[in-house]
Amino acid sequence: MSGGATSTKIVVAGGFGVGKTTLVRSVSEIPPLTTEAVMTEASLGVDDTSAVPAKTSTTVAMDFGRISLAPDLVLYLFGTPGQGRFWFMWDDLVRGAVGAVVLVDTRRLADSFPALDYFEGSGLPFVVAVNQFDDAPVYSAEAVRDSLAVPDHIPVLLCDVRQRSSTVEVLTALVVHALAEEPAAAPEMV
Amino acid sequence: MPGTTSGSSSHSSNSSNSSGGSGSRTGAGAGPLQGGPVRGRRSDTVRPGQGRSSRVRPYAITRGRTRFGRVLLVETLVSALNRPADPADRSLPELTAICDVCRGQMRSIAEISALLRIPLGVVKVLVSDLADQGRIRVHGADSVDGAELDGGDEVPGASKRDLLERVLGGLRKL
Repeated sequence: MSGGATSTKIVVAGGFGVGKTTLVRSVSEIPPLTTEAVMTEASLGVDDTSAVPAKTSTTVAMDFGRISLAPDLVLYLFGTPGQGRFWFMWDDLVRGAVGAVVLVDTRRLADSFPALDYFEGSGLPFVVAVNQFDDAPVYSAEAVRDSLAVPDHIPVLLCDVRQRSSTVEVLTALVVHALAEEPAAAPEMV
Repeated sequence: MPGTTSGSSSHSSNSSNSSGGSGSRTGAGAGPLQGGPVRGRRSDTVRPGQGRSSRVRPYAITRGRTRFGRVLLVETLVSALNRPADPADRSLPELTAICDVCRGQMRSIAEISALLRIPLGVVKVLVSDLADQGRIRVHGADSVDGAELDGGDEVPGASKRDLLERVLGGLRKL
């Protein structure tokens, strides 16, 4: 592979309807696109269908957007399927990611559990962003942290992903966190 | 048969708590937020074989290949090079279509998939073929997860930090 441009990505995870696509749309320079991945039911690993290979297939859709951060640097934002049963897809998706945003709706906290569990185990830096819905009760970031048992070093932010500035704030917090997690460059040998 | 999208089928064996050491959270639902379902429980279920017949058979157009020589991530950028098609591949209009959408501009694997409505895993295989034929250039998909790229060459921590710094700088200018 040779130079040219560099691309990287941030993964946005969370339950259905939590605002993943809204987040992507608020900062993307293109209208969010949808891509599909096709997998066989055998890939889902629920039943042993090895005796009946590729009996059926399932399509999973992901929305994504693009931000050109520099002429030679493109950041993609991927909204991932929220269900835990697609974890194996996330393995493929999160490779090379800067980190992940786990989007939370306080009315449906449990919807964020699969994503939280996944990213805690993945080693990928992530932040928890509480999307403030107009009709949802307001909780402090710390209350949400306690409820979700998010470790202290993981940032928890309140946000409104309809607002571009709020989304940028979340993404910025993630990258700052990722930098903090990244071990400092080894000192030069003298 | 492996899924086209996943090179890591070992993870597909699924478990409701694959993250391992997150034991402290279970039972944490009793916080100030009402409802309080216990994290770790999955409500979704999969019912294979329930009426969802296969819409496409992507393996047909990739001739059954799901392995590719290059690591192509969803965000990997490619652009078309001016080189005539291999006559042997005239039977695959998808190859030409891919070249067309990334002629004169860089497109990511995901964009190609979305624009041409071809599943991600299939795009990866076809782009890999095009790259092998010299019809497409794969741009340096500098990855934070450098170890996964280019057959395991470690990206030094410094360049990882460098990429993160550049992303941060770019975000702050938005």
